[in-house]
Amino acid sequence: MAVKLMQGNEAIALGAVAAGCRFYAGYPITPSTEVAEVLSRELPKVGGKFIQMEDEIASMAAIIGASVGGLKSMTATSGPGFSLMQENIGYAAMTEIPCVVVDVQRLGPSTGQPTAASQGDVMQARWGTHGDHPIIALSPISVRQSFDLTIKAFDLSEKFRTPVILLTDEIIGHMREPVELPDFKTIRSEEYRVTAPGQEYIPFRNESGDVPPLANFGVGYRYHITGLYHDQVGFPTQRLDEIDPWLERVNTKLDKHLDEIALVEEDYQDGAKVALLSYGCSARTARHALKLARAQGKKVDMLTLFTIWPFPERQVEALGERVDRIIVPEMNLGQLAYEVERMAGRKKVRRVVRANGEMVTPQMVLEAMEG
Amino acid sequence: MSEHILEAHTLEEHEALIPQANWFERSETLQKLRKNKKFPTIWCSGCGIGVVMGALIRAIDHLGLKNDDVALVAGIGCTARMPVYMDFNTLHTTHGRALAFATGLKIARPDMKVIAIMGDGDALAIGGNHFIHAARRNLGITALVVNNAIYGMTGGQYSPTTPVGGKATTAPYGNVEPPFPVCELAIAAGATYVARSTVYHALELDKFLAEAIAKDGFSLVEAVSYCHTTYGRLNKLGTAADMMRALKDNTIAKPTFDKLSAEEQAANTKIVRGNFVNIERPQYTNVYSNLITRVQGGEK
Repeated sequence: MAVKLMQGNEAIALGAVAAGCRFYAGYPITPSTEVAEVLSRELPKVGGKFIQMEDEIASMAAIIGASVGGLKSMTATSGPGFSLMQENIGYAAMTEIPCVVVDVQRLGPSTGQPTAASQGDVMQARWGTHGDHPIIALSPISVRQSFDLTIKAFDLSEKFRTPVILLTDEIIGHMREPVELPDFKTIRSEEYRVTAPGQEYIPFRNESGDVPPLANFGVGYRYHITGLYHDQVGFPTQRLDEIDPWLERVNTKLDKHLDEIALVEEDYQDGAKVALLSYGCSARTARHALKLARAQGKKVDMLTLFTIWPFPERQVEALGERVDRIIVPEMNLGQLAYEVERMAGRKKVRRVVRANGEMVTPQMVLEAMEG
Repeated sequence: MSEHILEAHTLEEHEALIPQANWFERSETLQKLRKNKKFPTIWCSGCGIGVVMGALIRAIDHLGLKNDDVALVAGIGCTARMPVYMDFNTLHTTHGRALAFATGLKIARPDMKVIAIMGDGDALAIGGNHFIHAARRNLGITALVVNNAIYGMTGGQYSPTTPVGGKATTAPYGNVEPPFPVCELAIAAGATYVARSTVYHALELDKFLAEAIAKDGFSLVEAVSYCHTTYGRLNKLGTAADMMRALKDNTIAKPTFDKLSAEEQAANTKIVRGNFVNIERPQYTNVYSNLITRVQGGEK
């Protein structure tokens, strides 16, 4: 394909089409609306379906319903809508139904500033729904990566039977960059589901491995799905001997695959004693500061996180052992910094934060290297 | 509650209730029940929801549908527990959202018969927005609303269909809010098939449900039931049998109602049973399928 000037939100929509997404349900909200607009145009071309629902609660419910029906499904929203989706995100986690939720973060809380950027949903993406549950959240730093991580989000969602949050922000979503997308036909997506009738199917099997395959409705397995605690065949249960193995399996099912899920970029220099750690739009600030600092002859490490959840503990812990100081720029009052402090120790972490809709500047990061 | 009843009977007494040998295998209707540990049901002895479940199974049986081709989607509440007992593709979702989940499923699988099973609080309070919009879109889904005029599972709080003056645990001095007329709401929102019957008139429910499921459009069946455990007790309405009898005495069939004079109709306080709407409108998934054909044919 030719090089094209494109928005991050448009790249997400096209990434979804490339990944095989064939159902989108959503509700208009700034700054995510372009994702819906592009998919309302593009999905019918490939036989996919688009629906504008009555609210974000319904949008989240509809994509889960369509996913059970066998279509890869996605919704996109921003802070207020993301809050409304939380109950059903928990339902998808509980029932292990794959789906992708795009959150183009804007300044909050409440209506906040609809057109201003933020990274204030980091913790909501992890703990927004009630109860313990696994979740994956990815955060792109560019338009091209918005495309790539959307494809990755679908694959991880299907493979691990979990909702995946694409945690982007107003800056990456509305920014235009020249990108050259690959031919969609070259993008392979693996089929993890049971799509044909067979002999035996246990939808929530605990014994054999961490992620039992999902069977689509209507292909011959008439099983039960519920948001209640359930046994291996899906029926509600209050028996501890059935609940405990489920809890154990589901809440550790990502653990054995962290190397595959945790996407990071380590740009390290021998002898560096200070490191920058960031994600999303703030990683662009950090990378700018990194360039300036290195131009002055300073040795600085840079760890960019593309996977926010599960938190890349091993990589951050190792970074904490390399350097004396980790600077964490982000557009909130220090949400991801909590996790960095947990792995590297409070004394090593310097927060460079801004939660007023304005980006953290490279100068702010450079100042944090001094002093 | 069911478990206590089990304990109250001897095994012999229980076996005496089973009509004949191989009864399960001999009944096509019962074959649509699941053979699992979920029985006995969670419903109180005497509850009307089981009657609706029987009617639903007979309706699906009557239509000759394959179990694989039917999906039951439910929200939360006593009624919403119904799908777990039946051998179809069953999705027990979040409170109020059955129709929103069903919307995604129906669009993904237009060939499947998707039936959303809800109570009155589930469908009309927390789920009221989804109810009117599913009807407006004319999605080919059957909404089955079991209306017992109370939140039963949480212990008897007033719902959007509780009569004015009715007592509930959250309306100790009597309900002050006017109720929704369920069928009229669905008609106004655009449903193409709308009918109401009661759990006393079980065979009439069979018929309405079969017609609703066969309809290619948004269909609503309101099954008027009762909750003797909460609403009945709080309002001194007697036993389950008394409340069942009241449904017989306090309803009027639509053909009879239609013959009444305008004055008599205006003065009527009985629940009217019947099929109120059966019209044709373009069904959503057919319309969208045509859209895909148009777009793929090169339309800009």
